Amino acid sequence: MSTLQSPRTSGLVSDLTAGKLPRFAPALAAVIALGIGALAALLIGGGLLATVLFAAVAFLVVLPAWYAVVEGRRAAVDRLVTCLVWSALAVALVPLVSLLWTVVHHGARQLDATFLGQDAFITALHQPTGILHAIVGTLLITLTAAVMSVPLGIFAAIYLIEYGAGSKLAAAIRFLVDVMTGIPSIVAGLFAFALFTLLFGPAYRSGLAGAAALSLLMVPIVVRSTEEMLRLVPNELREAAYALGTPKWRTIVKVVLPTALGGIVTGVTLATARVVGETAPLLLTAAITTKVNLNVFDGFMTTLPVMVYSSQAKGHPEDFDVAWGAALVLVLIVLVLNIVARIVGKIFAPKTGH
Amino acid sequence: MTATTAEKMTETPSNRLGDRIFSGLALAAGLSILVALTGVFAFLLIRGWQGLSQDASFYDAPRANDFLHYVWPLVFGTVYAAVIALVIAVPLSIGIALVISHYAPRRLATPIAYVIDLLAAVPSVVFGLWGILVFAPAMVPTYGWLDDHLGFIPLFAGNEGGGVNPVGRTILTAGIVLAIMVLPIITSITREIFAQTPRLHQEAALALGATRWEMIRYAVFPYARSGMVSAVMLGLGRALGETMAVAMVLSAGKSLVTFNLLGNESSTTIAANIASNYKEGTPGKVAVLIATGLVLFVLTFVVNFLARLIVARAERNTTR
Repeated sequence: MSTLQSPRTSGLVSDLTAGKLPRFAPALAAVIALGIGALAALLIGGGLLATVLFAAVAFLVVLPAWYAVVEGRRAAVDRLVTCLVWSALAVALVPLVSLLWTVVHHGARQLDATFLGQDAFITALHQPTGILHAIVGTLLITLTAAVMSVPLGIFAAIYLIEYGAGSKLAAAIRFLVDVMTGIPSIVAGLFAFALFTLLFGPAYRSGLAGAAALSLLMVPIVVRSTEEMLRLVPNELREAAYALGTPKWRTIVKVVLPTALGGIVTGVTLATARVVGETAPLLLTAAITTKVNLNVFDGFMTTLPVMVYSSQAKGHPEDFDVAWGAALVLVLIVLVLNIVARIVGKIFAPKTGH
Repeated sequence: MTATTAEKMTETPSNRLGDRIFSGLALAAGLSILVALTGVFAFLLIRGWQGLSQDASFYDAPRANDFLHYVWPLVFGTVYAAVIALVIAVPLSIGIALVISHYAPRRLATPIAYVIDLLAAVPSVVFGLWGILVFAPAMVPTYGWLDDHLGFIPLFAGNEGGGVNPVGRTILTAGIVLAIMVLPIITSITREIFAQTPRLHQEAALALGATRWEMIRYAVFPYARSGMVSAVMLGLGRALGETMAVAMVLSAGKSLVTFNLLGNESSTTIAANIASNYKEGTPGKVAVLIATGLVLFVLTFVVNFLARLIVARAERNTTR
């Protein structure tokens, strides 16, 4: 009897938590690890970064070891994995934060009316230059690519879901669309380059060729997202329309597509955001210029990503500043497109529940 | 009665015509995807054919005298950079996917997933710019330390006679930047699959007294294995084809076969080689570059094909 009662009467540990570490153990281990890290950094040498690194390693050793002593090997492994998994997240966030910080930090200084409102065509020495030509080029080429690939992608998705459902051909097309999402962008660029120089002569460069390359990358994304959305349209809606005697194509136009509209717009916007940042294909097909070119069908056309690349390649610090500025504008465009896609998706989200 | 009127309505010629046009358009759009894919292959073949057997001067003359010797170091560099990227990215992305699907509380998991997706939205040229101007210089001390302490391993040998690349623009830097770029892809696919693991399997494991890690190891990983494999393959496909980040970081890269991670002389990739050499633009050189593009296309096609095949088979198994 007395043996059973002894833990109770001691009053310090209850039955349930006996043999377990207290809840403040990780915090205590963190403090100890920080101390070890600072000491190691002092002894071996190194700054704040080294201290943090040493402390992290020490934490990964101290805490599981403590668990191993008190709670046994299995608990220690569990705790170690928990720590590793969270530190994987922390490690991945470092470059993201660093990247966004540097782009905003270096780029924000560049943004003013001259930078945004002027092209880089110089007629006098020391004339301030801007990136207007690249912004115009980006918008025109992306718009052209969207005009080419959105109808194609939506119709292909309609075929996959409505007309070809279950057929061998549809299965083959779906598989190839999946494979197509993995085409390297430079290969798409080479394709457009090969096609257009074959058709219009070896010196032909234009926004159209660039847009063709981009649409090769954009079509599979549009097809996939539209297909997913069409699949979500309840079959009852289609059957109700058929029962009223509506022909299939009118059912698709009046019932299926409007129901899926929100998702389709979201998918298209995300696909656009994806190709806005493409550099390699445009480098090959649309080349580099310093003037605003409004004609998509002929003449060199610069886009923001190409501008970032070419400014950086010039290798002078002032060119780096231009590159950072153009990169910031590019990131902002991509961000806006992503936010728009989210908002559209929220607004048109299919009402679930019966 | 109503049925016959409905039948009559659908049988009117205009409706039948509309249906035929619409289904024809849809079929044409579907077929055009097949045409586009074969078109890519056909045009690269047409324009690249002469690049396969050019005069030696169009290749890297003293180093390579025919196409095979020209393209082999590039293929090596492409695969090597992609493998470095995967070695770094795969453990990290599986960890992050686990955080999102199993470790983080739901309120935290959604924002984390969103932030990781944000990483995928950053254009590759911005990664390149950051890689060359911020990341590469920042890594130089670390590379120096690796060379000093681990230099006896050939991977970290650095330059002959000591020292590492003074600006940090090495294939290791390119590999790390690539790793950051493929990380969101692998993460998003694996986290979907982790989240699909049957609840009952997991709860059964926990009820038998498994810790959270043992539950993941014995219930989640076996279920998600094929999905993880295909996610890695898709990441590999992306890493093989990525152009700008590598082209910017390795702008001085040469076509060499070397495993050295830190030295001045590093290999380069097919895509980066095309992007940095296309300007020389003589038709003969362009044909050679297009031919290397064809090799890259076939390489990524095979990788993606296998990945999708694994996914398709896994889907069939789970639905059964």
